[in-house]
Parts: sequence; structure tokens; C-alpha cells
Amino acid sequence: MHELSIACSIVEIVADTARGRKVHRVTVEIGELSGVMADSIALWFPEVAKGTEVEKARLEICEIAALARCETCGVEFPTPSMLTSCPCGSFRFRRLKGDELNVKSIELEEVL
Amino acid sequence: MCANCGCQGGKAVMLDLQTGETTPISADERESGARHSHAHDHDHAHDDAHAHNHGDRHRHRPHDHSAAGHSHSHRAELGAAVDLVEVEARILAKNDAMAEKNRAWFAGREILALNLVSSPGAGKTTLLERTIRDFSDDFPFYVIEGDQATANDGERIRAAGAPVVQVNTGTGCHLDAGMVTRALAALKPGPGAVVLIENVGNLVCPALFDLGERAKVVIFSVTDGEDKPLKYPHMFRAAGIVILSKIDLLPHLDFSVAQAIGNVKKVNPDVTILQVSARGGEGMAAWHDWLDSQFAAARRSAFA
Repeated sequence: MHELSIACSIVEIVADTARGRKVHRVTVEIGELSGVMADSIALWFPEVAKGTEVEKARLEICEIAALARCETCGVEFPTPSMLTSCPCGSFRFRRLKGDELNVKSIELEEVL
Repeated sequence: MCANCGCQGGKAVMLDLQTGETTPISADERESGARHSHAHDHDHAHDDAHAHNHGDRHRHRPHDHSAAGHSHSHRAELGAAVDLVEVEARILAKNDAMAEKNRAWFAGREILALNLVSSPGAGKTTLLERTIRDFSDDFPFYVIEGDQATANDGERIRAAGAPVVQVNTGTGCHLDAGMVTRALAALKPGPGAVVLIENVGNLVCPALFDLGERAKVVIFSVTDGEDKPLKYPHMFRAAGIVILSKIDLLPHLDFSVAQAIGNVKKVNPDVTILQVSARGGEGMAAWHDWLDSQFAAARRSAFA
């Protein structure tokens, strides 16, 4: 459900940046463990963008794989789920990647 | 929710239970000047073909900035042939900025603010009622109640003896930082207060939305099932404390406290876990001690 709020925020950020120029493409980064479903964002985005300068934009979603560094043994390891532990068995780790929720870039209509 | 896109805010309403006054909270007001620009039913002006008649029509060509001894933003130059804009903006930046504003507001007044979250029916309001009745001599409580609809919980808190503002989110599934800002303006907690924010009953969405609180208090009822922390790991990972509630019901349930605690530790190894019955009073002393430690830390943080 919160994906709707997130989609609204994406459109808002893009519209603020575009300032009336037509937007061709929006690239967002969604971390694997951000708590936001990429499919759901893809579903809501066109609905929310309707009637704005963002309406015709293509949404590109870069999903970012989650990575953590263990605070017990120091190794870096992938954490595809919130329940992944370090190969050494420890649950004490710092997340390095996978929490991202960013509007990375937008492509605007070229104004001559 | 906004009538056009369904985003939060359009139909959120705030009720001050001290004055009985009801105020709509619109997204635009909450986000202080935010431009919420979508869904016009009429044709958009930008769709019209129109010429940009710059007196000196120019294209932006590559040139050496440093040699020319000037600097300018390519984006700022209207009409420049710039396609790609690197935005690099956090999607939740607006909420996070409002949350930081709330946090600074709390710190300046030496106020302890806590964000209480759980699934619906886990006992947040009952814990608050008991907390207010038992500990009001030690802590000046103020409450922000979040629910999709009704002022039922707000009425219960008022009856327990604390000033309260009820925020109804309409179809919204969580409180956001702007709603809390507005509620604080109505509630006006004094210096040295304890502000308890009871979020919408939902273990998913509120995990993402910082309200400016010192800690999230996750309430986990023994009627929920031992695997709740594994099913909703984001929320349990964000918890500053987990309260295992309704423990007076344990004799009637096949609920393993050890297993439940083990599951919490899998997602949040160092979190404090308290076992509490708001009905019978077990564990309330430990909850009081935790509140006391947080209250002291909040006062110290004002000058940190």
C-alpha cells in the first residue's frame, strides 16, 4: 500500500525538477531490502503520473542487490532476504547496499 | 488520500479532543509549499504548441569552463540542449526532512517522542491507557492517535487522562512526519513532555516513515503468533524496543515465548524485549524503567 505514496513522491520529485518540460524517462533505484516492491511501483507510476508532465515518461527501475558486512567476522556477503545471516552464523552486520530508494536521473525533452 | 492519485493526505483529518475542533490535513499544507502537481482534467497548457522566442537563439556547445573563468549551471540555462538530469534524490527526502524538523523541535524542548507500532489489535491503546493511568505522576504524557477512521482510541486516551489529538488518515496506511507536525501544533506539548504517537495498526508501511521519534516501540502480542518478526522483518529491525504484550493470556495459548524472542533476535539481535500485561500489570515496572532511561537520554540529547 505504501508503494502508492512512494510513486506519488517519485512523480513529485520529477515534476519539481522538470518544471513543465516533458519527461521522457525516469530512472529510479530500489534496493532489494528497501521495503518497497518494484512491481508495485511500476503499476502505480503511470496512474499517478496521469495528467502531469511526467505522464508519457518511461519508468526504469534499477533493483539493487543487498550486501552487508559482518560485524563479527568482517566478511562481505549478499543478503537477499531480511533473514539472511552471515555465512559465519552471525546476525550482527551492517547493511552496505539494498536500502536504496532514489530517483537517480530523468531525461527531459530537449528545448531548442 | 488525494482524490486524483490516491496518495496520502487529501482526506486526512485531525480532531483535537480538548477543543472538539476538526481540521482537514491536506498534503500541500503538510508539506509546506510542496507542489503536488497532477491530474488536471483540462488540457495542460504545455500541450499547446508554442514557440520559445529567445532573442538570441542559442545552443549550448561544449566549451572550457575553467579557461573562460566562469561557472554556471547547465540546468539553469533555459533552452540549453540538456537531456539527462542526474537527480540523485532520496524518494523519501521530504518526509525525512519533516521528521528531522520534528526531531529538532522535540530536542529543543527536551521532549521524549516515541512511535508505537503493531498489527491491529495487538494492544497499543490498552498499553497507553494503563501507562497514562499508572505513570502520569512521573511523565507528562501527550498522545497523537493515528487510525484510518473513528476517534474511538482518542476518546479512550482522553478518558485515561492525557491530552490527545486524533489523526484519521482516511485510506492512508501510516502516519507521516507532516501529519505529526500538524498534530503537534494542535497538541502543544510543553517542555519536558513525553509524546506517545500511536501509529496506524500496520506492521508494513509505518516502518518506512520516520516521524522524528526517538525510538519505535513495536508491540507484539502473544495472540499474533511467534513468527510475526520473521513475517514483518523491516518493522522488527527498526524497533528500539519490542514489547511482548497480553502475556496474561499465555496459560490459554500454545505460544512459545522462547521461540518468539528467538525470532525477534534473528532480525534485531540487540533489541530490548519486555514481557508485559497491560491488564494484569506484569512487566509495567520494567516498561516504566525503560521510559525513564529514554526520558533522561532525551533531556541529555538537547545539548548533544
